[in-house]
Amino acid sequence: MELKISVKKRLPLFELDVSFSCSQDKLLVIIGPSGAGKTTIIRMLAGLDKPDEGAITFDSETWVDTQKGIFVPPQKRQLGFVFQDYPLFPHLNVQKNVAFAAHDETCVEKLMKRFDIWHLRNRKVAMISGGERQRSAICQNLARKPRVLLLDEPFSALDAVTRKTLRTEIRQLKGELRIPIIHVTHDISEATQLGDELLPIVQGRIVPRWILQFRLKDLSFRRRAGIEDIWGQNDAYNDDLEVSSL
Amino acid sequence: MDWQPLFLSLKLAAVSTFLLIILAAPLAYALALGRFMGKAFLEALINLPMALPPTVLGFYLLVIMGPKGFLGRFWETITGSTLVFTFQGIVVALLIYCLPFAIQPMKAAFEKIDRSMLESAYVLGLSPLATFLRVIIPNSVSGLAAAAILVFIHSIGAFGVLLMVGGSIPGETKVVSIAIYEAVESLAYREAGLMCLVLIPIGYSFLLLLNLITKRSRAWS
Repeated sequence: MELKISVKKRLPLFELDVSFSCSQDKLLVIIGPSGAGKTTIIRMLAGLDKPDEGAITFDSETWVDTQKGIFVPPQKRQLGFVFQDYPLFPHLNVQKNVAFAAHDETCVEKLMKRFDIWHLRNRKVAMISGGERQRSAICQNLARKPRVLLLDEPFSALDAVTRKTLRTEIRQLKGELRIPIIHVTHDISEATQLGDELLPIVQGRIVPRWILQFRLKDLSFRRRAGIEDIWGQNDAYNDDLEVSSL
Repeated sequence: MDWQPLFLSLKLAAVSTFLLIILAAPLAYALALGRFMGKAFLEALINLPMALPPTVLGFYLLVIMGPKGFLGRFWETITGSTLVFTFQGIVVALLIYCLPFAIQPMKAAFEKIDRSMLESAYVLGLSPLATFLRVIIPNSVSGLAAAAILVFIHSIGAFGVLLMVGGSIPGETKVVSIAIYEAVESLAYREAGLMCLVLIPIGYSFLLLLNLITKRSRAWS
């Protein structure tokens, strides 16, 4: 199972132009500053945005081919997409949210117990915390048995402790799922902790990894100097950076 | 007192509300979330009955629903009977007259729905129709209820447009508002007063219901 993407899309400030692939068992982390085009890439993979030109394939299936006029809608891609702002359905309780698109109802309880949200099953979405919502969103997507899992800054709105716990859970999950997982973040420590492969994106282009390493070394220096800005912007990042893992 | 006009009004309001909610929901959805050419023109056309005197709307409806009008001829071809001065005729007239009162609250409710929730539904495999039925409608209950209540109240209160299209045929088109007018004209003030008095608690209880639904919906979300 391999997901391949080679697309171009004109964005308001620059042209997004990327080509990469992600194979089964791999967790690829797309990392870059805010506004670099990361979310646009993941939305194109999900079928929520269309590229101006290019192709996206999954194994032998073509999801997008602008030359041939092929565009497979998100409904038919059978993938999981965990959004940044965990858009669960407020009219349903947690269990019904998880079971919303489940292929097999029996996996719902198992998943909810695995992510420690079974005790919240009867609560409405508005009555649970951000971390619990994100766990529910992950379960909701996994219950669909996705062929690819896309995670768009899923931990950015969470507190540091919940973020760490969820990262560990995603890491464990990766070993169990055996599907391509693409994770978008602007958090270096998250990227280094989770990713099998890192894909640094700046202004819509993949930048060489040495730039990221240079930036990390620069960050290490900057942090010692009391400057906390890796991308030259006022981006937030986590404080448990692991430069050595790059 | 003759209760028939009141029962006829309630029947007319119930039928119109039921039909209008079903017909207006997809239209409100298209106006709220759709992107198509001429959207602003269509919306203005739908809202036109609010900007026109009911007698003006009634006059044009009488023309198009009459035996020489396209709608009247079409109706006659299908059913073999005329459309004007019938119960069915005043239902059709009310559907057009009350359309903006159904569209506006529904459109506002649909516009409030988080787009990422819809995208999440698409990614989870739901078609646009299934998303509409399983996500949009349940999350727009307050808007739908508001639309139903507004349509119901306006249907009971409608006068000019019904008089033009339906006249005043007892048991067929003589609704309570027309009966009140005729009672006053014939100086039957006691009868007119009683009918007016009955309408006040009906209107008040529906507005109270609307407030309760809105409050519950806020607490829910």
